[in-house]
Amino acid sequence: MKKTTTPLLRTLSGFWTVYSANKKGVIGLALVVFFFAVAALANFAPFDPSNVDPSRTWLPPNSVNWFGTDWFGHDLFSQMILGTRVSLFVGVFATLISIVIGTMTGLLAGYYVKRLGELLERVIDFFLVIPYLPLMIVLVAVLEATEIPIPILWIVIFVIGITGWSGTARIIRSQVLTVKERQFVDRARTIGAGDVRIMIKHILPNVFPLVFANAVLTVAGSVLAEVTLDFLGLGDVTTISWGMMLHFALSNSAMYRGAWWWLLPPGVAIVILVMGFTLIGYSVEEISNPRLREKKF
Amino acid sequence: MKRTLRPRIVYLTKKAAYALITILIVIIFNFLLFRVMPGDPARLLIPRGHNIDPALITRMRTFYGIDKPLPTQLLTYVVQTFQLDFGYSFYYKAPVGQVIGAWLPNTLVLVGISETIAILLGFSTGAIAGWKRGKKFDVIATSFGLTAWSIPTFWLGVVLIMAFSVQLAIFPVGGVRTIEMNYANVFQQIQDVGMHLVLPVVTLTLVSFAEYLMIMRNSLVDVMTEDFVLTARAKGLSEQQVLRDHVVPNALLPSVTTIAIALGFIVGGALQTEIIFSYPGIGMLTYMAIEFRDYALLQALFFIDAVLVILANFAADIVYTYIDPRVKLQ
Repeated sequence: MKKTTTPLLRTLSGFWTVYSANKKGVIGLALVVFFFAVAALANFAPFDPSNVDPSRTWLPPNSVNWFGTDWFGHDLFSQMILGTRVSLFVGVFATLISIVIGTMTGLLAGYYVKRLGELLERVIDFFLVIPYLPLMIVLVAVLEATEIPIPILWIVIFVIGITGWSGTARIIRSQVLTVKERQFVDRARTIGAGDVRIMIKHILPNVFPLVFANAVLTVAGSVLAEVTLDFLGLGDVTTISWGMMLHFALSNSAMYRGAWWWLLPPGVAIVILVMGFTLIGYSVEEISNPRLREKKF
Repeated sequence: MKRTLRPRIVYLTKKAAYALITILIVIIFNFLLFRVMPGDPARLLIPRGHNIDPALITRMRTFYGIDKPLPTQLLTYVVQTFQLDFGYSFYYKAPVGQVIGAWLPNTLVLVGISETIAILLGFSTGAIAGWKRGKKFDVIATSFGLTAWSIPTFWLGVVLIMAFSVQLAIFPVGGVRTIEMNYANVFQQIQDVGMHLVLPVVTLTLVSFAEYLMIMRNSLVDVMTEDFVLTARAKGLSEQQVLRDHVVPNALLPSVTTIAIALGFIVGGALQTEIIFSYPGIGMLTYMAIEFRDYALLQALFFIDAVLVILANFAADIVYTYIDPRVKLQ
């Protein structure tokens, strides 16, 4: 056991040395860590976010309600904090589904180039071409209509997950195509390693940085997808997320009442979080792909 | 004389076949969606809360041929779809095809204007950013691209409406024209419709612009690492010649193919833009269909969206044959 952990640690610390030199990457990481900290400490929110105070509605930011209140009298600052947890939760779990499907499809499509690969490539192309938002809308709407006893939040996670994997699959596939031509794969095959072993033990570790970079970028996409589904009224109205805050703000005409304090914070938080994940993803991609590093002549 | 097919025709025939297959898969997906779910599909297609007339269910069952075996149902469904017969919209009380046909032109206007501006601006800005990689211009352009990508499209619309319609009252909050306004002349009508279009067009253009900018920029950066760029420089060509004759033509190729992926996002952007500006296109129609659980309409809209993207991709493939020397010169 010891033998395998030591090189891993060394690789990780080596990676950190390179990563910490990347300014964009450090900024992205700081932003994401901040939101994870907020989500972890969400229980310390000043108010119960579902607590209604009819005497305090439509209040702009003040010393008690730092982000103001909505028309029910909810404390918006507390809603923002609790909403962080939901947005991250949906983003991360949807990404897990996408990354598992995307990596497996990409590996198989790149490794078996003949019939299976050809078929999988068509499937990947199909999901790349199909407009993702209408696809998600149809799936969520129908799943919610069928009275399947799954909480709406999980339907949303599941649908975002199964529609968001094609980009990852495409990139992994093209990387596998080059990796499997390398000598160590031939050597492994010569000493009798089977296809599954080669894929998992030899090819997967070599495409792992790409998998990671894509996972981080997929979280960004998944967070945006969840917000959009909430906006369209397909989200879970019983869970307070940033998207749901915007949904309620818009359906209670906060826009025309000039209630900027209800509309701006969720949007700004989404932009910053998505940007944080995207910056990390780009940096990891840049580090693992030397061609993208800047050449200095 | 040996007759060989022109490479362009071979290439495009293959692409057309793929496009047709993709359309067929969308149809099969739509077909299965309501049949693999538990429950009676005829019942599912009727929104909840309606008083159900048993005669209606029977009519739905005959329309979808639910009493027949699955392969027969599929065949009927495929034929109906190709005849643009999508069933009946319960909310609009009209055939689905008719409803979509009435709303589609508005969407085409909005998307057409926005995408033309976005492609021209995005590709040229992206080319300059990639060329000046790491310089100030590039840093500003990529930061802008990254920010625009991270903004939910509908929220961008919210911000614009609050600033320019509610606070400054320059542009109308939404819709496609002033309701119940009688135009004195054509110019007044053009002005009114134009004013309604400004904010939706700005929203959709900003989002798509960022998309095209990043595609072109990354593609250019990739091409710049190729050896032939070094060769071109070594030959003593001016920087402008290198950019114009060697880098941009090569960077355009992957950019045109990446449009496929960008378009999928842009349909989503257009949908959100229409909804937030109450712009009567098929995106707004999608929102109505969700709101009123009009599943026949929703499915048909998904099909139309998919077909539009597939056709736009095919158009991109045709453009590709004109800019790729490997297809052009053979």
